[in-house]
Amino acid sequence: MNYEMIRYIVAWVLKIEGAMLSLPCIIGLIYQEKEGNSYWIWMVVCLVIGFLGSVKKPKNTEIYQKDGFVSVAISWCLMSLFGAIPFIMTREIPLAIDALFEIVSGLTTTGASILSNVEVLSHTNLFWRSFSHWIGGMGVLVFILMLLPVKNGSQINLMRAESPGPSVTKFVPRIRNTAILLYKIYMVITIVQIILLRLTGMQWFDSMCISFGTAGTGGFGILNNSCANYTPIQQWLITIFMILYGINFSFYYLILCNKKKTAFKMEEVRAYFLIIVVAIGIITWNIGSMYLSFSEAFRHASFQVGSIITTTGFSTTDFNLWPEFSKYILVLLMFIGACAGSTGGGIKVSRILILMKTIGKELQTIVHPRSIKKIRMDGHSIEDDMIYSIIMFFITYIVIFAISVLIISLNDFSLETNFTAVAATINNIGPGMDCVGPMSNYAAYGGVSKAVLIFDMLVGRLEIFPILILFCPFTWKKKG
Amino acid sequence: MKYNILVKRKGIAMQIIIVGCGTVGRALMAQLSIEDNNITVVDVNADMIKNVANLYDVMGIVGNGTSYHVLADANIEHADILIAVTHSDEVNLLCCVVAKKAANCHTIARIRNPVYSEEREFIRRELGLSMTINPEYAAAQEIARLLKFPSAIDIDSFSKGRIELLRFKVPKNSMLIGKALKNLPRQIQLDILVCAVERNNKVFIPDGDFWIQTGDILSIIAVPENANLFFRKIGIRINQVKNALIFGGSEITYYLTVILLSMGVQVKIIEQNRNRCEELSELLPKATIICGDGNEQNLLNEEHLEQMDAMVASTDMDEKNIILSLYAQGKVKSKIITQINHLDFNDVIHNLNLDSLIYPKNITAEYILQYVRAMKNSIGSNVERLYKLMDGRVEALEFIINPLSGLIGIKLQDMKLKSNLLIAGIGRKGKFIIPGGQDEFQSGDSIIVVTTNSGFQDIYDILKK
Repeated sequence: MNYEMIRYIVAWVLKIEGAMLSLPCIIGLIYQEKEGNSYWIWMVVCLVIGFLGSVKKPKNTEIYQKDGFVSVAISWCLMSLFGAIPFIMTREIPLAIDALFEIVSGLTTTGASILSNVEVLSHTNLFWRSFSHWIGGMGVLVFILMLLPVKNGSQINLMRAESPGPSVTKFVPRIRNTAILLYKIYMVITIVQIILLRLTGMQWFDSMCISFGTAGTGGFGILNNSCANYTPIQQWLITIFMILYGINFSFYYLILCNKKKTAFKMEEVRAYFLIIVVAIGIITWNIGSMYLSFSEAFRHASFQVGSIITTTGFSTTDFNLWPEFSKYILVLLMFIGACAGSTGGGIKVSRILILMKTIGKELQTIVHPRSIKKIRMDGHSIEDDMIYSIIMFFITYIVIFAISVLIISLNDFSLETNFTAVAATINNIGPGMDCVGPMSNYAAYGGVSKAVLIFDMLVGRLEIFPILILFCPFTWKKKG
Repeated sequence: MKYNILVKRKGIAMQIIIVGCGTVGRALMAQLSIEDNNITVVDVNADMIKNVANLYDVMGIVGNGTSYHVLADANIEHADILIAVTHSDEVNLLCCVVAKKAANCHTIARIRNPVYSEEREFIRRELGLSMTINPEYAAAQEIARLLKFPSAIDIDSFSKGRIELLRFKVPKNSMLIGKALKNLPRQIQLDILVCAVERNNKVFIPDGDFWIQTGDILSIIAVPENANLFFRKIGIRINQVKNALIFGGSEITYYLTVILLSMGVQVKIIEQNRNRCEELSELLPKATIICGDGNEQNLLNEEHLEQMDAMVASTDMDEKNIILSLYAQGKVKSKIITQINHLDFNDVIHNLNLDSLIYPKNITAEYILQYVRAMKNSIGSNVERLYKLMDGRVEALEFIINPLSGLIGIKLQDMKLKSNLLIAGIGRKGKFIIPGGQDEFQSGDSIIVVTTNSGFQDIYDILKK
């Protein structure tokens, strides 16, 4: 394994994190909060460690798949550890496991919180919490690929390990340019949202935090009841942007290249919208009697569907009180998740599509045992090893899911709570049902359960294998 | 020349489409992607594409490069150049025609069938190609050049052939050994310049205090007449070979024989396959064709290997070529050329101290690269021409001094030049000057700079920052 290169990449990650920490520092200055001081100190520490670690450029810059996975996993773990320290230093989240839970929840864009009262936090901490969504949404390593002074095709292995979805698509030949494009699209949408929210009368600070939460499909609110206090127009705006971030970013690239036809023909995007429309329709009908007017029911249904399928996790109403049918639809949406190549989590629409098509193919081979049929998506046939890896992903996902539920059951909550708690963390959503519903939080879980949920969040964000590989003994063997 | 709105065209990154990722395609990718170009690769073989996308920073597209849709996927309308190097000539040609019609970009095709090769010029002109290359013919030309000048390992020419860069190994007992470079021109009374030295697999740009040792490989720059005189003075024979023995009856052999016969060299070809022998004897009535296995030592003795001036091992099997060359060492009088087709273990092969090595795939790639670089330079930088020497470890660049340049009138000894850099020559009004400390640049000069650094864009880059 190329330890030199892993060290170099991880050092770069810390450097970037140090640079990112400067933003909450500025917020601290603006609001004249003493919490800002801790951030200043910690920023310097991160930068110093980062610079020291990346002074020596490794000779061999080759990153094989294993190196890519390992460096991404280590980067995320270290980034979480370093990101949690300011919470502890400012004493606003004094317990280490809680601070770690909060920052992992932020970076993995989950949005699950252990805080029962968010409103007492200082602006600095609130900002860092929400901003971590933005950092984690597109990914730090993708950010680094824009800056890393290494010319080597094997960097694609970093992107492959960090980007969600069954395969990585390069928009343009160079990885660096692809990363720049991704971040440009990401930043533009974020800025547009901030400005639009400001125009509807939201404060700059609120609109920034909410926009970061939407951009990374995270879901940390800055009010205790998430988005329930915002005006209907603001809620609609948030709904639309949530759904936009859940779309595969290739879609935006195609539109920018003036290939609208190809863009709207993307099967994944079509399926994604179809699921959203159907889910909103059914839920609106199902919950209609609970609200005063149709428009209110429609708004709440749209917001919750958009929030859950993109794995954001904002809420405008306590969907815990909804009829079982609607609740179950939301749970289903949790698993489907957003499109591949978006900032959202979950299993991803494209994987579900391919799985469904595989089932269809399987049925056909039973009827016509000698038939040969290739599974196609967007007009291209899909290779067998891709299908195999998707199925493997699915199986591993279920195994981890089952074990996680088993362990956290020790805390003696209801099955619904435990099941949705794991579903909401492994799919990077945030709120589950029952005791972890949108109006409650994860504070009640014990230390072990929180550790398991932290693991689930990382596993969900990095799509399982990078994290699992860290625990494989043969990864670390010298002669492997 | 436009690309999409989002990726700003920074510097001189070119959009290049390479169709076919065989050996030449890969050699091109490796080099062009290091030189900061945006490369898209098209191949029908999905595994190949996957492989390549992991190795180089390129975008892979699976599909047939002759299809307009596939090329459109590869963003042909923004491409600057398309290089078709699949194994089929017809596919290559069709690719280029489609690309030309679709985007009016530059196109380069590899065409190796002799039938087409004879009509290269016609095909190129009528189908609107920018360049065609026949790898076998190019390799044959390269071999012939070496046989013309057997003492040199490599020969490159600059400034439209006015200057040559020759690479040769200092033989034992040479008068050069133990001489310091600064005294050299005075002692041999010739204007030549040693611009690079290879010793123990390392490349140096030497200064005046450098001492020559046995086994050094020197690269000298000189006008062609002086080069001849130089070799005569230091006691290295320079006459072209009189006869040559070629192993293997490949296409390269055919082209090489044609060239050699026209140079008046007697050629003997040993080929295993009887049918091919008959074919060759029909095509090349003046050559001696022998049907036999080069592996038999008897046959080599029978054909009097020791009386040959040169031997070219050009069979399909690299291992056989290497063994033959090793056997011929000390027997053949002046030149042994070994052709390496596939083998990848460069270090091992170099350590065998074979005389001259020929890599047909690299020659093809190098030709194409030169075209691409020239095109790229005409777009962005002020480099007139760029050569990669010694496996890319050294670059030789040619700059033209424009009338407003701030460097005009400064003595070379007063310039603070970067280390590992040498101003190797100044071309002025058709004459070539080997510069000394007192020389100055003048408007319109073409300057040749040799350096182990890379990425020079402008003449000012030679100065220390």
